[in-house]
Amino acid sequence: MATIAQAIRLALRYAEQELGVRNIFGQDVGPPLGGAFTITQGLDSAWNSPLDERGIVGTAAGLAMMGETCVCEIQFGDYIFNTVDLLRLIGNTCWATRGQFPMPMVLMAPVGAGRHGGIYHSHSIESILSHLPGWKIVMPSNSRDAYGLMVTAILDGNPVAYLIPKALALSPAQALEGEPVNLKERINAPVKGRENWRPDWPEIPAFSVPIGKLDRRREGDRLTVVSYGRMIGIVESAIEQISESRVDGHIDLLDLRTLVPYDMDGLTASVRKTGALLVVNEDSEQTNFGEHLIRVVSEATSPRTAVLLGARHLPGVGLSQSLEDHTVPTVDRVAKALDHMLPGTD
Amino acid sequence: MTKDPSAEKTVAIHWLRACFILGLPHEIRGGSVFVGRSTLPMNADLDSQTTRSPHVNAHDLRNRIVRNMLESRCLDERLILSQQYGLGHFWTGGPGEEAFNSCLGALLNPGRGPDFDFLLPHYRSSAIALMAGERSIDFIRQMLGRETDPYSQGRNFANHFCNADRNLGPVSSPVNSQFAFGLGTARAQLNSRGITVVVGGDASTHQGDFASLLIWSTRPGNNLPILIVITNNGIGISTTYESQHARPSIVDRAEAFGIRTATVDGLSVDDSYSTLEHAFEYVRTERKPFFVEARVSRLFGHASSSGAHREADAEDPLDRESPPVEWRAEIEERLCREVEQVLAEPPVEGSSAELFVWGNPRRWPPSLKRSA
Repeated sequence: MATIAQAIRLALRYAEQELGVRNIFGQDVGPPLGGAFTITQGLDSAWNSPLDERGIVGTAAGLAMMGETCVCEIQFGDYIFNTVDLLRLIGNTCWATRGQFPMPMVLMAPVGAGRHGGIYHSHSIESILSHLPGWKIVMPSNSRDAYGLMVTAILDGNPVAYLIPKALALSPAQALEGEPVNLKERINAPVKGRENWRPDWPEIPAFSVPIGKLDRRREGDRLTVVSYGRMIGIVESAIEQISESRVDGHIDLLDLRTLVPYDMDGLTASVRKTGALLVVNEDSEQTNFGEHLIRVVSEATSPRTAVLLGARHLPGVGLSQSLEDHTVPTVDRVAKALDHMLPGTD
Repeated sequence: MTKDPSAEKTVAIHWLRACFILGLPHEIRGGSVFVGRSTLPMNADLDSQTTRSPHVNAHDLRNRIVRNMLESRCLDERLILSQQYGLGHFWTGGPGEEAFNSCLGALLNPGRGPDFDFLLPHYRSSAIALMAGERSIDFIRQMLGRETDPYSQGRNFANHFCNADRNLGPVSSPVNSQFAFGLGTARAQLNSRGITVVVGGDASTHQGDFASLLIWSTRPGNNLPILIVITNNGIGISTTYESQHARPSIVDRAEAFGIRTATVDGLSVDDSYSTLEHAFEYVRTERKPFFVEARVSRLFGHASSSGAHREADAEDPLDRESPPVEWRAEIEERLCREVEQVLAEPPVEGSSAELFVWGNPRRWPPSLKRSA
């Protein structure tokens, strides 16, 4: 089964072969490392930039101004903060120039906790990015969406922030159609002796996943749970903790996949059915993107209850397991929230 | 007899519009309307209101450059007036940089795509744009927030021009971002004929993207075809150059990266043109960066927020050229008519703010499967 990292790599291979992508770059993106999470190993278009996030983002923007779609990477989402004014400019350039300069580019960044990344390798940045109009934001939770969303992001014609749940990046997640059983041996660089290594790219039928469409992972009629990225798996584990009779057929679990523009029709249809909404993510709970979702969906559907379960608003995610568990939603905390919100438990 | 306040207000508005159209200095708007126009010929052979001057008296390059300097100056004076009369909101621009900028515009090869030069300017670069083919009336439209403003449809400040068809990149008020964006436009030109020209002021070099520009454009084996231009007017808003820079010249910083450099008297057409001609040629052929620091004046302050008053001590590049008086008359008359036309055009509608948030998707490959 392909990991999310491998799925993105295969999508980028398709992009450099068929979609005209000539520049995939960032700190350590080119050989020999091929990205901190191996995402860009073996790609012909991957190159190493200086350790300079503003230069990376600026280069991507300049290529976009020239009409050339590229894929750049900020090695960890935590390092994106010094580029925020450039991101704002990129987001408003199409608008500010009366549509003369659309900015087709993809910015990848691993985000979130779950790997003991400590203070500067655990940030979630989707709430900050959602304050930058003109950007689209996607975050896959599985390999299939990882592939399809990358292809669509490259074709979108706008700046797209492609957020990678880093804790899932290297774990086998989902088989892609046409995936060979020895995928790892064919496209992962060996740890040693990679100087002359070349990948043996498999033929994978290309496909896309639409931006702006959520994915219903579980159907139910009493509680809508909206999540994305790493938290989808956490929610699914939490559901397994609760007795089957209480959850079976009662939880509508929606994988948002695209945060901006979000699937308003899909969200409201679900909450109208269930009358209750729980949003789960691992960004800081204060001015959290989930608060916005709760507001717009509540205004449209008037649910009987709507709750956000996010990370505690602390200066960072601590390194120790106990600190991380205290800060971001865990299976136990999500299970508790589900138990509380399912009807008949008040 | 009772005064009608609304009628008085209407008269006042018409009076202000008339003063602005005629180009009367703000200080004399209480005087005769005809004071300000007494020197202008009334029947000059004018261009169309909607096309820029074809330089009717210009038969050689130098005349084109000098006339462009004058046109740029007259335009900025008119834009400043519009702010003073309350018809425009904010002005910032480049009076004092016209000689250097007109030369730069003359050497630019404008067009769309990587085979043409890509300009990433700052908000004092309007003389470059005019020389490259932009029209004064469009600057007026932007200043007055008209629906017809082709640069931003009423969204952006004066002199924040752009034109994708000429590779004139957008001007951003946060200075120094153009240095970062230029890294990408130049990379797109690696295997093309065009070069990137980034333009900033001396104060913009205080920021980090200037360092990024020097580092990225000189990576071994990955030099970028960028002409780096710093117009040094010796002051950043209200902060003097000497109070912030340890070295007397900015070129020192480029030389530390092995970049070829030149310092030029940006008030001189001859010096500016010859230096820039060499710099353009070097970048075009060598596909490496070149750095030009131009010493220029700032004639009307930073912006309208500080009054946009003429600074008496600043040297005017037009004083060295003494363009024929009839040129000014012709340009003023045309600007007068353009202002009149723009004032008759509709202001931008609030609802148009919803437009152009997103660009169009790229062409979808026919063989690509769409999944639900």
